[in-house]
Amino acid sequence: MTTQETQAASNTRRSVVLDFLGSMNLAITILVVIAIASVIGTVLKQNQNYNDYIIQFGPFWHEYFKMLRLYDVYGSLWFLLLLAFLVVSTSVCIYRNLPTMLQEMRNFRLNAQLKTLSTMENARSWQVEQDEGVLSQLHRFLNVNGYRTREKQHEGRRVIAGMRGKFNRVGYLLAHTGIVVICVGAFLNAKFDLTVRHWLGQLMPVPNNVQIQSVSDFPAKAVLQPGQSFAFRGSTQIPEGQSANYTLLNMGNGVLLQYLPFSIELKKFTVEQYNTGQPKEFKSELIIHDPRLKQPLHKTISVNHPLEYRGYNIFQASFGDGGSHLKLKLWPFFTPKLHTLEVNSTVNSQATVDTRQGPLTLEFANFKKFNVFPAPKNDPQHHKFKNYGPSVIFRVRDKQGVAREYVNYMSPIEFDGRYFFLTGMRSSVSEDYRYLHIPADDKYTIKRFMDFEAALSNGPLVTRIAEKTVDRLMKTQSVPGMDKMKSTVVNSMVNLEDRFLYGGYEAIDAQIKKMAKTKDQQAKMADAYNKVLTSLLQAVYVDVLKQDGVIKSAQDITQAQERFYFDAIDAIRQLYLYGSPFYVQLTDFKQVQESTLQITRSPGNFVLILGCAMLIAGVFLLFYISHQRLWLVLYRDEDGKQQLLFAGSGNRNTADFRKHYKDLADRLDSLLKA
Amino acid sequence: MSVTQQAIHEHLRPRSFFRSLSPIDWVYAILLFAGAIFAYHKYSYLMSYYGVIIMFAAAAGLSVFGWYWKSIRVLLAVVAAVSLVAVTLYEPAVAALKAQGMSGREAIAALSSFTDKVHHRFLFTYLLSSTSAIMWMSALFILATVTYFVHLFSRNVFIGKVASAMTWSAVAMGLIGMMVRWRESYLIGLDVGHIPVSNLYEVFILFSIVTALIYLHYEHKYKTRTMGGFVLLVISAAIAFLLWFQFDQNGGAIEPLVPALKSYWMKIHVPANFIGYGSFSLAAMLGLFYLLIDHAKDPKRFSPILAMVIVFIVGAPLALYKFGISSFTDAGLAFGTVFLTMGGLWLLGFGSVRAIRHIGYDNLPKMEVMDDIMHKAVGLGFGFFTLATVLGALWAAEAWGGFWSWDPKETWALIVWLNYAAWLHLRLTKGWRGTPLAWWAVVGLFVTTFAFLGVNMFLSGLHSYGRL
Repeated sequence: MTTQETQAASNTRRSVVLDFLGSMNLAITILVVIAIASVIGTVLKQNQNYNDYIIQFGPFWHEYFKMLRLYDVYGSLWFLLLLAFLVVSTSVCIYRNLPTMLQEMRNFRLNAQLKTLSTMENARSWQVEQDEGVLSQLHRFLNVNGYRTREKQHEGRRVIAGMRGKFNRVGYLLAHTGIVVICVGAFLNAKFDLTVRHWLGQLMPVPNNVQIQSVSDFPAKAVLQPGQSFAFRGSTQIPEGQSANYTLLNMGNGVLLQYLPFSIELKKFTVEQYNTGQPKEFKSELIIHDPRLKQPLHKTISVNHPLEYRGYNIFQASFGDGGSHLKLKLWPFFTPKLHTLEVNSTVNSQATVDTRQGPLTLEFANFKKFNVFPAPKNDPQHHKFKNYGPSVIFRVRDKQGVAREYVNYMSPIEFDGRYFFLTGMRSSVSEDYRYLHIPADDKYTIKRFMDFEAALSNGPLVTRIAEKTVDRLMKTQSVPGMDKMKSTVVNSMVNLEDRFLYGGYEAIDAQIKKMAKTKDQQAKMADAYNKVLTSLLQAVYVDVLKQDGVIKSAQDITQAQERFYFDAIDAIRQLYLYGSPFYVQLTDFKQVQESTLQITRSPGNFVLILGCAMLIAGVFLLFYISHQRLWLVLYRDEDGKQQLLFAGSGNRNTADFRKHYKDLADRLDSLLKA
Repeated sequence: MSVTQQAIHEHLRPRSFFRSLSPIDWVYAILLFAGAIFAYHKYSYLMSYYGVIIMFAAAAGLSVFGWYWKSIRVLLAVVAAVSLVAVTLYEPAVAALKAQGMSGREAIAALSSFTDKVHHRFLFTYLLSSTSAIMWMSALFILATVTYFVHLFSRNVFIGKVASAMTWSAVAMGLIGMMVRWRESYLIGLDVGHIPVSNLYEVFILFSIVTALIYLHYEHKYKTRTMGGFVLLVISAAIAFLLWFQFDQNGGAIEPLVPALKSYWMKIHVPANFIGYGSFSLAAMLGLFYLLIDHAKDPKRFSPILAMVIVFIVGAPLALYKFGISSFTDAGLAFGTVFLTMGGLWLLGFGSVRAIRHIGYDNLPKMEVMDDIMHKAVGLGFGFFTLATVLGALWAAEAWGGFWSWDPKETWALIVWLNYAAWLHLRLTKGWRGTPLAWWAVVGLFVTTFAFLGVNMFLSGLHSYGRL
């Protein structure tokens, strides 16, 4: 084979490849395939915990989905390859069309054949007199209508060619180049260099499940100095009054520590609110400390108002608690004496409390100053939102390490005109909180409820009250032989109360089911038990009120106090499920907030914006400018008569061009007649 | 001779766009800028730097828009005048705010009970409060839809004109309603005030207005009113949703903006998006009409109604599965709905063929014209959708620190974009025309609707403002 032949063969091979890559069918196929692939990532929640996926799809499908990277579609290699394919296809298209387009823009097509022109859809001819003045007027006619003109003398004929709207071709180039430029910009902004170094093993991110106490604990292979990475998107949490000179980058299943050439101090974080309580603005007052600066730079950022400093962008991303100081009071349940315990702690730290069940650890997880939730539907003021006030979230962990999570609201919250202390409990994060509504007394404190509960836990007291109740009953309806039965009755009453306190109605039900066989007997027994229990509970409640000095006798009980009783019983019957041997009351706090900043370096931004501008300009040029050509040919026909042919074509919106041409031709007609 | 010279001169005179403008055009532009300058003078303290730029750019843009399409001048004049009157009706609320220390909402609520200005009260309650204006818009759109169909069947020119007038009035009432609502939001609180394009209720009004305007433009350009009924069907559907959302979901309340939305970007991102959605919807409705006529002409061609039946048969169980059936009443209602819808579709399919043959093909819009408008609408929509998506990306870069996060809404915007990019390539490069592209446009409406509504209903993400 000669060199020339090899050359030719490789040329054909090349052109086959280019034909394939630049073909319109491929381009449209890629567009549709990317669209369909994108759907997957929106239907399937991305980047969740593997366990959640296993629960959702089962282990069998989970393996396949994991293999296909369906849990991170947009970061997967196959999706990136699809996008790369789109870029290549578009580039080839531009490469192949560029010469033609440039040619089209420059070329007036003065050499168009008479035959071609006269058979065009838009063509008309006139018989005209020879006149030198006509030519310049024809030029002018095209010029005033926006056409640039060229003229050429062919053998025996004169051709004036006009052209306008060549920017349509520019539109094509801009739109398609814009797509490529945008992808290049996005590539520049992606942490591509870090990914490669991760693959090469030069970087070893710290896995997410490894707890790191301080920045200095990061191993060298997980640390990046300023300038060691090209582009990144990191996140930094700074509590008020503290500063940080780093940001954490997510990399696969781990994190990298990226140092910044300056340090950011968070002076103050504020949540501004509307008068409805909804958040209006999240603001971080920052101070930038940089050896390059003579004075530290003070700057407040908020959502939509980031700070750009030395090529780094700092965004307000999120916020949380940065270690608020909490003052708490622990009220014990199930003890006759209310020995409260004061605890001082901070969020993200713990306190240990000795209880009858052994030492329990209180882990304070979060504090919220405002809790704005959608208001109940029957809200009298028709507010859409309601602020439930400050709350603390904590976990109570026993020796075995088993923990329950609680959320306690500081102030009593109104429901239907009554006030309750809300405390929610859950045994795992995946559950919803189950709430206990503890009624507040007339001074809006929890004291009366705790007194009542303590009285119910006080065995001797309950026995005394039970005796009194039985006495009273015996006075009103004397039954022979009741005296002997008295102690048995009192005992069973106390027993019943005990069962209720430590097991709710469920425990009583269980006992009834054990003792009575038929449904009928059970119902009768339940009725009797209920009466007895209620009379005892009410008597204890009356006693508590008397001790408190609120009433002198049972007749003094107000309606509100009666309602309180029912609310209290409603809470007490669920108390055995509460799981904590004490109620944690938040008495005071000093909030320390923490702001989460997103810190990015995006060197591709300029390229991206350029690409976007090109795309938009290109698309509008493509649709709203039509590349139009007109020809005026003066020639002699076979009979030697002078003819003027007027022909035209447009590459977009042919219907519109037809109208435009007709309009021009009509005017040319009247011009020629004149 | 002088006559001919004059004629020659006339034809060879350089034609300039500015010279073709009439004095009214100039008065119109000057008024627009005067309004902008007045607003700047009075309210610049409430505006950001970009807000000011956007306002003046809007004045310039509306000037050119009015010069290009003259009817817009009248529309804007009417909207401006009536809105100003409407806003003055709110003065008692402003006074009450100042004097009685009422909250903004209370003051506005109290407005309709101010008894000392009876004539004002009537105007306010029944015509010009933002809610009433939007109700009028809704009613007018639905009436216009019916009237356009009457026009299509009767071929009566006058009825056609009435339908157009109704549509124009609906657009005017909608715009007035939005203007007043804008003002209302500032009365509720200076910090609450914002342009009414921030939640589902508001964007549905915007959608109706924009789609109607795009339609009216093509009606004006192609001098035919026969397509109005079909195009306005999609607006009527939007109105039905709007009313349900307002009355059943109480979605009409003015709510303050979440921090992420507090940006000048919203003023341009959202309207640009809805020019896109509106154009795509218009293209789809024309596509549907096209396919119906196609099917009537040749019953062997697949009917779009049959396609709807198939979609319904597949979709209904999925919807039932999603929303669940908890009681016999629910089940009864569900089956009732299914049967009624199937019956309705059957009637529609059967009836439309009959109706089209009854009208006669000569009296229907020309197939090439529908094809042409479909193409132009997709082109217009694609341009503005590209603009909106890019603006959205720029906004995201400013608010969240990244141009693109593959959030469901973003991804679905990309899917819509890719879909119409493919459509346009098929038409412009592969030379496809007519039926297949009409099908594609109809399917495109489903993709667009999912991007617009479905994402908010079924998927969660960063764009959770338009929540259902």
